[in-house]
Amino acid sequence: MNANNLSEISTPLHPGALPDASGHFGPYGGKFVAETLMAPLAELEEAYRQALADPEFIAEFERDLHHYVGRPSPLYHAERWSRTLGGAQIYLKREDLNHTGAHKINNTIGQGLLARRMGKRRIIAETGAGQHGVASATVAARFGMQCRVYMGASDIQRQSVNVFRMKLLGAEVVPVTSGSKTLKDALNEALRDWVSNVDNTFYIIGTVAGPHPYPAMVRDFQAVIGREARAQCLAQVGRLPDAVVACVGGGSNAMGIFYPFLDDKAVRLIGVEAGGDGVETGRHSAPLSAGVPGVLHGNRTYLMQDEDGQIIETHSISAGLDYPGVGPEHAWLKDSGRAEYVAITDDEALKAFHQLTRLEGIIPALESSHALAYVTKLAPTLPKDQVLVVNLSGRGDKDIPTVAARDGITL
Amino acid sequence: MASRISNRFAALASAGRSGLVTFVTAGDPAPEATVSIMHALVRGGADVIELGVPFSDPMADGPIIQRASERALAKGMNLRRVLEIAASFREQDQTTPLVLMGYLNPLERMGYENFARRAADAGVDGILAVDLPPEEASDFHRLMAAGGLDQIFLLAPTSSAERISAVCRYATGFVYYVSVKGVTGDKALDPDEVRARIQQLKAQTALPVGVGFGIKTPATAATVGAVSDAVIVGSALVEIIEQAATPDAAAGQLETYVRSLRTAMDAGRAAA
Repeated sequence: MNANNLSEISTPLHPGALPDASGHFGPYGGKFVAETLMAPLAELEEAYRQALADPEFIAEFERDLHHYVGRPSPLYHAERWSRTLGGAQIYLKREDLNHTGAHKINNTIGQGLLARRMGKRRIIAETGAGQHGVASATVAARFGMQCRVYMGASDIQRQSVNVFRMKLLGAEVVPVTSGSKTLKDALNEALRDWVSNVDNTFYIIGTVAGPHPYPAMVRDFQAVIGREARAQCLAQVGRLPDAVVACVGGGSNAMGIFYPFLDDKAVRLIGVEAGGDGVETGRHSAPLSAGVPGVLHGNRTYLMQDEDGQIIETHSISAGLDYPGVGPEHAWLKDSGRAEYVAITDDEALKAFHQLTRLEGIIPALESSHALAYVTKLAPTLPKDQVLVVNLSGRGDKDIPTVAARDGITL
Repeated sequence: MASRISNRFAALASAGRSGLVTFVTAGDPAPEATVSIMHALVRGGADVIELGVPFSDPMADGPIIQRASERALAKGMNLRRVLEIAASFREQDQTTPLVLMGYLNPLERMGYENFARRAADAGVDGILAVDLPPEEASDFHRLMAAGGLDQIFLLAPTSSAERISAVCRYATGFVYYVSVKGVTGDKALDPDEVRARIQQLKAQTALPVGVGFGIKTPATAATVGAVSDAVIVGSALVEIIEQAATPDAAAGQLETYVRSLRTAMDAGRAAA
């Protein structure tokens, strides 16, 4: 199996592949930043283009994913869970088994190598659940780079374990107290840091959002998930899956697993947003399900916003999905009809969290539990010979305090 | 038709003076305070008023203007009410150019065409969308021009010669040179570096060049005013509003402070 052949990322998936030369996915994406950042974005774009064309860069990326991250991650047939749900066969793409516990490390390895190649000695990152912050701090530690992670003050409270992990790794964690004190505000603060330190600093964005080239670059680094899953499914099942399901906050794990399936038109692609208390309550984080297109954080995409164009507060039990925007390629896949997007409530996600834990002995991240929860609805409606691949994007260790608190238990 | 902005810069040039552009956030500390603050700025000697449109996610702003945005939004400020403030200011002042400065999303939500018409009706002369580079501005450019609004674009220390000419193709009224790599109210600018960059910009555009970000004192305003067509001051004014005991006190202190900037700039030009 050659699923890790990342040189595939240097060739477009198909002619006319998006984004276009100026970073647009149809009407979405683009580069909406203040003038000072236009030059560093152009520098990044050029460095990325050259890196993709350099076999040594590709080889080093592959080596790191194999020996350091532990790829390929297994595609696991969750037989007991499938039997319980009584319908389609469910296969879990085990990104939870990666080093640092989630898919985020795929991207930080890629961007970390690029930062080193560009001679940048300082890394900054934003983080919500802390997984991207940990993955960035990990790479910075390994490459001997200075690392500062911006994290919303509210998220610091609910993800204290990851905050300590980042500090152990030598990163400085800066609490962000402006706005809603969550992921979007951390992103604002990281952009402000970048504009003030453009000469020596590399900004590792953790999701498929932000100004071009980030949405395409992060997708390319994450597409290893889908390449492996596709090859593994062919090898283990003998055919492609009927549907691929992944949770969507910014959307990097979903874009990573969807992308290699885009041309397999018979494969349904289903993104699961955080429905919070329920989309109908307005207290959610589901811009694709209930948002309006607009411009935030450097790109045009679906946003949670009020009628005056102000970004509104989002709600989700999962800090990693608590974001008012979504990657522009997802906006495009929604409008073009290639992917479907649904929402799952906090309660539904928690139920799936417990179910997978008890039936398969796997404790999933609350983010990934949203994708699992949708599978508990979908699988029973499908015949037993259908195949669902679900991206189990991260493990749930970081969420133990949240789940315990929800059940009224003090640890 | 020559705009209020170009008329004002022409008059300043023929008088041998550098312009003073003053920024405050609309609705800070309260919506009803802004019009009298704007008149106070004019009395102090402001040549152009920039009125900040508050946004929930002001990515290019430092903490001072972020807090001003939060105060204004907490008082219910929005783009529609900013336009009401502009119209109310125009009832008593038909000559001072007025530029709205903010982020793109509120303009998109209102609709470019709708915004351009309503802004022109309210007596607004120009628009600066901080997160809109010329690459993304073709629709915006067309519709703002149709509404008769000048389009102010940013240039930065990182802008290449190619980008400067791209920006100057779309820009009207004046261009806004961001003098530091940073956010508003951040670090102090380097006068020698600014002087060199202004000379480079003047070689590429006939438009007046204003310099902002990092000008906090009358002395810096005088230094920058000696080599540029305009000095843009924002965070220092917003900080006065933040610290004033009442909105009326803020207006009085702003007038005094703006006059000290104006006096220093005029003395600087006279000495040069």
